[in-house]
Amino acid sequence: MTEKKNRSMIQRRLIPTYIFLAIVSFISVFPFYWMVSAATNTSFDVAQGRILPGGNLGVNFENLIGGQNLWGAMGNSFLYAVVQTVIALLICSLAGFGFELYHDKKKDMVFTILLLAMMIPGVATMIPLFKMIAGMNMLNTVWGFILPAISTPFLIMMFRQNSRNFPIDVMEAARIDGLTEIQIFFRMYMPMMKSTYAAAAVITFMNAWNAYLWPKVIMTDTNAQTMPMLIANMAAGYTTDYGLLMLGVLFCSVPTMIVFFVLQKQFAEGITGAVK
Amino acid sequence: MEKKKGMSLLEKQSRAGWIFLAPATLMIAIMSFWPMISAFITSLKTGSSANMEWASPIFYNYTRMFADQLFLRSVGNTFLYLAIQVPIMLVLAILLAQLLNNKDLKLKGFFRTCVFLPCATALVSYSLIFKSLFATEGLINTILVNIGILSENYNFLGNAASAKAVIIIALIWRWTGYNMVFYLAGLQNIEYSVYEAAKIDGANGWKTFWGITVPLLKPTIIMTFIMSINGTLQLFDESINLTNGGPAFSTITMSHYIYNNTFGTGVANFGYATAMAFFVFIMVGILALINMKVGDTRD
Repeated sequence: MTEKKNRSMIQRRLIPTYIFLAIVSFISVFPFYWMVSAATNTSFDVAQGRILPGGNLGVNFENLIGGQNLWGAMGNSFLYAVVQTVIALLICSLAGFGFELYHDKKKDMVFTILLLAMMIPGVATMIPLFKMIAGMNMLNTVWGFILPAISTPFLIMMFRQNSRNFPIDVMEAARIDGLTEIQIFFRMYMPMMKSTYAAAAVITFMNAWNAYLWPKVIMTDTNAQTMPMLIANMAAGYTTDYGLLMLGVLFCSVPTMIVFFVLQKQFAEGITGAVK
Repeated sequence: MEKKKGMSLLEKQSRAGWIFLAPATLMIAIMSFWPMISAFITSLKTGSSANMEWASPIFYNYTRMFADQLFLRSVGNTFLYLAIQVPIMLVLAILLAQLLNNKDLKLKGFFRTCVFLPCATALVSYSLIFKSLFATEGLINTILVNIGILSENYNFLGNAASAKAVIIIALIWRWTGYNMVFYLAGLQNIEYSVYEAAKIDGANGWKTFWGITVPLLKPTIIMTFIMSINGTLQLFDESINLTNGGPAFSTITMSHYIYNNTFGTGVANFGYATAMAFFVFIMVGILALINMKVGDTRD
């Protein structure tokens, strides 16, 4: 009885907290609701401040695929993001494995130097990288998109930190069984580090899908453009059809939102992954 | 003999380690360190991309930028965003993490998902959502006029002060949940009993927040600070998509201005642009160092 009373008292004291969290949650979610709702309205209704969904989704969709290369941009974004994720995970996990499980003084020093690359802003390397990629005839290609992003200090650090949980005994046992070092990586390390791979995959996919500055620099051909570029170009015109635009924004957001809702735990781990 | 064999085995393993880390290390060297050196060399040159010459005096591009009113304005804008947005966002993020780390709180998962949700949007996407929300014929205007706060529609993105405010609001919206995740992870490492003890000692919520949460989260706070500085100094997507740097360059960021000087509307000037980019790099480095020094006050 007293415990029950105690509990309801605790809940009552939490009322301001609930109110505050509800307000913050509403502010966080509302722009999403509004994006979806606006995508179903005419430009006129959007400008009138209509909050409720309307019946113009079909027309907006027809105008969108009629006026924009929507499927092309979606396909490009998927291709770039998936290829970048697969290659980045392979290269960076291999490095994390090497740095942690074969570590010695020299390798630790190399790792420390690599960390310095975290401080280099993208805008600083943009011009030399553009010249390099153009020189290799890789403008408008998936390779031009991924090359600067397939090896990041963040991912290497994440795999290196998480490799500490990989038991040395297992490696020794595998060696006695006659496995080579690379076989240990593929057959023992990869399956055991599944959750780290999942987190790394989510964060890499998100970053690749959302990239804007770099693709804007190297994708000079509209057939090679990404979703963020497509919607940015739609908005850059003099008159903007906001219903149409929000439908484009919705298409650009759907893949990352699915990833977010299905793999939220991995996403959170991916963000904080390297700082355990 | 046997000992020698063991040594060579270890050497073999060490070599395998080098082979494993080589691809990633080489890629970073080629795609980050070399471009940085190359950028510095370019920053000492002038002329268009095809025929560049050494600048005379050699640091001409660097002296030029401090006389460039537009560049100075972009620096001012970027630092304004940094000074206002980052502290508000980080305090809000810690506060939310603290509130969500309460054992007695119900619907915890729901609230966390909501606050975290803005991270699921591309930077371009949320810039455009905010652009349409704050448009002269937009929802915010309609609401404010209807409830009588404004007498007529206000051009938020067309006025320097309000356009800056919209960018700051948008940034806070997008990144607070992101930073909260770090603090939640950090708080989970703090024993709940520490809070129980504080409660018994009669400390109220505010006191435990400043007395326990903030000091124990210090390493996380420093890290999020460095990340936020790094991110804010490189702001690009918001400046170009939300306001296009306007009105009259009053919201333009450093990265946006640099972009305009290379691939944008103006005349391409790689030498000058890389000099400005190098300036951004030095700023990031200095601010990160200060942060680590200030934070490192153990003993």
